[in-house]
Amino acid sequence: MQLALSAEDAEFRDQMREFFTTRIPQEIRDAVAERRELTREQFVSSMQILNAAGLAVPNWPVEWGGRDWTPLRRHIWHEEMQRAFVPPPLGFNASMIGPVIAQFGSQELKERFLAKTANLDIWWSQGFSEPDAGSDLASLKTRAVRDGDEYVVNGQKTWTTLGQYGDWIFTLVRTNPEAKLQAGISMLLIDMTSPGVEVRPIELIDGGHEVNEVWFTDVRVPAENLVGEENRAWDYAKFLLGNERVGVAPVGATKRNLAQAKEWAATVSTGEGTTLLDDPLVSTRIVELENELLALELTALRVVAHSTDGKPHPASSVLKLRGTELQQAVTELVVDLAGPASLASGAGDDSDLPWWARRATPTYLNFRKASIYGGSNEVQRQIIARTILGL
Amino acid sequence: MDFNYDEEQQALREAVRGLAGKAYADFENRRRVVAEEPGFSEKVWTQLAEMGVLGLPFDEAYGGMGAGAVEVGIVAQELGRVLAPEPFLTSVVLAGGAVAAAGSEEQRIGLLDDVSSGGSVLAFAHAEPGSRWQPTASAVTASSSDDGWTLTGVKEPVPDGARADILVVSAALPAGGTGLFVVTAETPGLTREGYRTHDGGRAAKVTFAGTPADLLGDDPGDRTGVIARVLDVARIAACHEAVGAMEFSLETTAAYLKSRKQFGVTLNTFQALTFRAADMYVSLEQARSLALWASMVLDGGSDADVATAASRASLGVSRAGRHIGQEAIQLHGGIGMTAEYSIGSYTSRLTALDHLLGDGNHHLGLLATDVGGYREVDPLP
Repeated sequence: MQLALSAEDAEFRDQMREFFTTRIPQEIRDAVAERRELTREQFVSSMQILNAAGLAVPNWPVEWGGRDWTPLRRHIWHEEMQRAFVPPPLGFNASMIGPVIAQFGSQELKERFLAKTANLDIWWSQGFSEPDAGSDLASLKTRAVRDGDEYVVNGQKTWTTLGQYGDWIFTLVRTNPEAKLQAGISMLLIDMTSPGVEVRPIELIDGGHEVNEVWFTDVRVPAENLVGEENRAWDYAKFLLGNERVGVAPVGATKRNLAQAKEWAATVSTGEGTTLLDDPLVSTRIVELENELLALELTALRVVAHSTDGKPHPASSVLKLRGTELQQAVTELVVDLAGPASLASGAGDDSDLPWWARRATPTYLNFRKASIYGGSNEVQRQIIARTILGL
Repeated sequence: MDFNYDEEQQALREAVRGLAGKAYADFENRRRVVAEEPGFSEKVWTQLAEMGVLGLPFDEAYGGMGAGAVEVGIVAQELGRVLAPEPFLTSVVLAGGAVAAAGSEEQRIGLLDDVSSGGSVLAFAHAEPGSRWQPTASAVTASSSDDGWTLTGVKEPVPDGARADILVVSAALPAGGTGLFVVTAETPGLTREGYRTHDGGRAAKVTFAGTPADLLGDDPGDRTGVIARVLDVARIAACHEAVGAMEFSLETTAAYLKSRKQFGVTLNTFQALTFRAADMYVSLEQARSLALWASMVLDGGSDADVATAASRASLGVSRAGRHIGQEAIQLHGGIGMTAEYSIGSYTSRLTALDHLLGDGNHHLGLLATDVGGYREVDPLP
């Protein structure tokens, strides 16, 4: 038992902190701090700076740019990045398709895609969910039929986050409709400029355009774009979603947001010389959130400090579930701090109301997604009940 | 950074688990023991002494083991798992801790060796009617004369106050502040009325009527800071005991859901129940993280750091204890209401631990007064 970081890990933390706070352009970090939507160029610029320093894909195999860090160092890297308002490397590239290609792809696919994926020269989109295949992903229907050296793809994907920026999309497609649900699925990499690919925006409750539908109509895909073996992609998807859950407890970002919320609460006057932060209903609510976040951060540290033998710690399933609940609770707190100003979500920068109050409700509404994506929190409860409690 | 027990700590856990399990894994044994006076097993108490557990936190110079907070937490957690009624928390950690912190060299040598060997049961007589977990005393007052110190007033509830051989008593000092005193059981002018507590334990109303007392330590100055520190140390140990009780409650509840049949199927068929068990697991692991962290802060942190860590752990464990305790009974159904079956007694014990040294809202209130004084909570030193 030892709470302090080793001298080497503490030095590593200081290096990360220094890099993230000095090398990523301030305007990008400000945009993150102020909850503004990042432009494609800002995402790309930030990730390329990280990649040039070897900090974009530390989780990959070393020969493809990974760093062979301990889980604790990866945790520190991730936390410090969030703490400094640095946009994390694009998850579709860094956490999802990159590791899958590195693990299951042919040498040709690795050479063709991995370097460009790490550098965000290719922007990947995720083509997994379908209108009738959400949590029940294995029931997906998008078909790929082999025709000579090509597959012909027909169907529809949905919830494709930032698909409007996508160059390529990694898809799960049904190649054997006769087999059991999970056994007939393959993974195809599809150039989004191919004829027959259409991206349609979905407007969300926060007014933003974050996700899309992607339609495939007789899209012809070279057979060499198959990842691994035909009909084996369920295993690849499970591998990918396992990675997706790592870092899905946004402790650093939520801590940062809660610290900001305290600053904002102290600016809202409630009378002579008192602010919202002096209101016991507000201060106790903040302390409860801080305490739950502390417990979550410690749970995350227990998980990363433990998982050196490669097996996930049983408590890791807590991270996504509780992490997203707390993330949402902080966005809810900020709406309440904003009070009537939270209605002014459509006001521009010439408004007399502070930006954080104007952004409060769209952020709150937007983050209702957090308990749905990455394996809904009900799926997480199912995992805990089944695999941990044996129920 | 390392959150794992080392080999010695694992061995300690196995040893205590073995001893406590042999005594109380059969819940009937525990029922039998708490039904009779003094509410715990003198035999188990002796066995704990022989294992070195009763001297665990004290220096070797005083007959102890010189172990740290992590080891104390391990013992408390294992005792919590089986609801062992022996007063490790109140007698060793709390009362013994006060002697270790405030006693003179002579008192430490005499009293701590006696505690460690199992020769004497100590009680910490601190709570007073009307008080709520403050580190100060007011209802019991101390007076000094040429003949020495005397105490007057009522302490209640005093855990194991009737069985105790020696009382460590807090009292308001004539010049202001709170002092600590030692009163032995046979002292004239001491009245003790013992009773059962809801969790199977024992407590007492202890009345002092000009009762002669020895000052703990050589200096008759204010001991409020010492009492606060000792309470915080005990709070962290209490968190571990609660984690042990919660851990066992969840294991028992999960096993019950798998075996109990209704509508022709086992209860784990119903997602309404398994999801609630999953939420109990989240509460347990969050509470465990806080308790482990607080122990590590205690091994090396400043008094202020320890006070904050004790409050944070107590807040989290209080919330978790209520959640898990209430759900454990509900998921069991009617059987959870019976004294014969174990699970309800766990909830009762969790409720006692919650209120012994300060409940969640008490600590929430303390923490909230400083919420504007820091930017964020950093768990690392």
